Amino acid sequence: MVSVEHYLILSGILFAIGVIGVLTRRNAIIVFMCIELMLNAVNLSFVAFARHFNDMSGHIFVFMIMTVAAAEAAVGLAIILAIFRNRETVDVDEINIMKW
Amino acid sequence: MEFTLPAIKIGAIAPELILVCSAAGLMMLDAFAKERGKTLLPILSIVGLALAMVASLKLWGKSEVTFAGMVAVDSYRVFFNIIFIIGALLTVLLSMNYTPREEIDRGEYYVLVLLATVGMMVMAAGTDLIMIFLGLELLSISVYVLAGFARGQLKSNEAALKYFLLGAFASGFLLYGMALVYGAVGSTNLAMIAETLATPHLPARVLLMVGVGLLVVGFGFKVAIVPFHMWTPDVYEGAPTSITAFMAVGVKAAAFAGFARVFIGALGALHPDWTMVLWVLAVATMTVGNLAAITQSNIKRMLAYSSIAHAGYVLVGMVAGNEVGRASMLFYLLAYTFMQAGAFGVVIMLGQKGEPRLNITDYAGVGHKYPLIGVAMAIFMFSLGGIPPTAGFVGKFYLFGAAIKAGYVWLVILGVINSAISIYYYLRVTVVMYMHEEGEEVLAVSRAPAVALALILTSVATLGLGIFPSWIWEPVQKTVNLLLG
Repeated sequence: MVSVEHYLILSGILFAIGVIGVLTRRNAIIVFMCIELMLNAVNLSFVAFARHFNDMSGHIFVFMIMTVAAAEAAVGLAIILAIFRNRETVDVDEINIMKW
Repeated sequence: MEFTLPAIKIGAIAPELILVCSAAGLMMLDAFAKERGKTLLPILSIVGLALAMVASLKLWGKSEVTFAGMVAVDSYRVFFNIIFIIGALLTVLLSMNYTPREEIDRGEYYVLVLLATVGMMVMAAGTDLIMIFLGLELLSISVYVLAGFARGQLKSNEAALKYFLLGAFASGFLLYGMALVYGAVGSTNLAMIAETLATPHLPARVLLMVGVGLLVVGFGFKVAIVPFHMWTPDVYEGAPTSITAFMAVGVKAAAFAGFARVFIGALGALHPDWTMVLWVLAVATMTVGNLAAITQSNIKRMLAYSSIAHAGYVLVGMVAGNEVGRASMLFYLLAYTFMQAGAFGVVIMLGQKGEPRLNITDYAGVGHKYPLIGVAMAIFMFSLGGIPPTAGFVGKFYLFGAAIKAGYVWLVILGVINSAISIYYYLRVTVVMYMHEEGEEVLAVSRAPAVALALILTSVATLGLGIFPSWIWEPVQKTVNLLLG
C-alpha cells in the first residue's frame, strides 16, 4: 500500500534535487529545468494531499500551477534567447556586468 | 453528485475586468493602428486606469466575499487597488517620454503594465491561496518581460534573467509552502485555514511550521527582505528606469498585500510563532539596506537598497500585527509610492539618450540650474529619510508608534537608529545638488512634460500626506479589517 507519506517523501526529494540543481548548475536553461522540477514536486504533493483529503481544491491548484509554469516557460525561454542573441552565452556566471 | 454554480457578481471584479479589457484593446490598437494611432496608447491606458479607479472606489466600505470564497470585496482591497492604480498611472506618466527616448516605445509595454496591475489587484483581492498565487504570477511574469524590455541592452537582458530565475525559484518555495499548509490544514481557503488554526489542537504542526517558513521565504523574495534581497540592486539597476519605479512601488505593495492577508489574516493564530522570525528579518532588512545604500555611487542602486530598507520599515508594522500596525503599513505603502516614484521621476528627467547620468556626482549643481527639479528631489529625499513635514516622516511615526503599542521597544529603537543612518545618504544627494559646483559637462534636461506632471503630482502628494495625514489616516483605519471569506 502506497500511503500519502510515500508521495510526500518523493515530492520532498524531487524538490531538493531541484533546489540543488538551481544552486549548482550554471547553464541558464538547466537552472530553469530545475525550477520546473521544483514546481512539479509541488504538484505531486498537492495531488497526494488532495487524494488524502478527498478535496478538489488541491487538484485545481495543480491545473493552475501547470498553466502558470507553461506561461513562465514561454517568457523565460524568450529572455534566455534575448541574452543569447547579445552575448552568445547562457552561462549565468558569465552574465555579470552588474555585480550579483 | 450535486453541483451548484457559484454566484457570479461581475461588479465585484469590475476593476480587474476593466483593466483586462483595456489591455486587450491596447494590444489590438497596437497591432492594427497606424503610427499616429500608437501615440494614443499611453493616453488610453491612463483612461483605463482611471475607470478602474472609479470601479474600485465603488466597492469602498463593502464587506463581503464572492466567487465561492475566492474574492474579497472589502476596503482593504480597495485601498490597495488605489495604491496599485496610482503606481501604474505614475509609471505610465514616467514612461511617456522615457520609452521614446530609449527607443523602447513598443505597444506591448503599456499592455504589460496594465496586466501587471491586474495581477496586483488579484493578489490584494484573493482570499484563497490559489488566487494569491495566480495574482502573484500574473504580476511577476509581466514584470519579467518589462524588466528586459530594452532587449538590445545587455544590462536590461541581465536584469530580466536574474529577476526571472530568482523570481521563479522563489515561486517554487512559495508554492511548496502553500502545499504544506494545505496538507496540514486541508484547505486552500484562507478563512478555512484561520478557522482550523483557531482550534486548540493543531493538526500536523511540523508540516504547518515548515510550510509557514517556506511562505516567508517566498513572500520575502518578492518584497525583497534580507536575506532574500540579492536580486534587487541588479534588477533595479538594469531594468528601464520607469519599470524600476513600477517594481519599487507596485510590486512591493502587491507582495505586501498578499503577505499581510495570508499571515495576519489566515495565519493570525500563529502570530507568536512567526513574529520572532519577522522581527529578526525586519532588523536585518533595515540594517543591511541602509548600510549598503551608503556605499552606492549609482543612484538607481542606491534607491534599490533604500527600497529594501523601506520593506524593513513596513515589516515593523507587520510584526506589530495590531490594528494600528496594519493601518500604518497601508499608509506607509501609499506614502512610499509617491516618494519613490517621484525620486525615479527625477532620475528619468535628468537622464539623456545614451547618457543615463546615474552617478550621484552627475547631479552636481542641478539645484541651482533647475530649481524646481532640485526642490522636488529634496522633498523626495527628505521624505524617504523621514524628515518632517513629509509623508515619510508621518508614515514612520505611525509604524513605530504601532510597534511601541504592541510592546516591541527594541525593534523601534533599532528602526529609529536605521532611519538616522539613512538620512546620511539621502541628504548626500541633496548636498551634491545644491552645494557642489556644476561639472564641465553641460547639464541638459530633456523636455518631458509627462514626467514633469508626475513630479508635480508626487511632490504635492508627498507634502500633502505629510501636512494633512488625517485625510488618509482616518479612512485607512477603516480598511484594516482583513476579510477572509
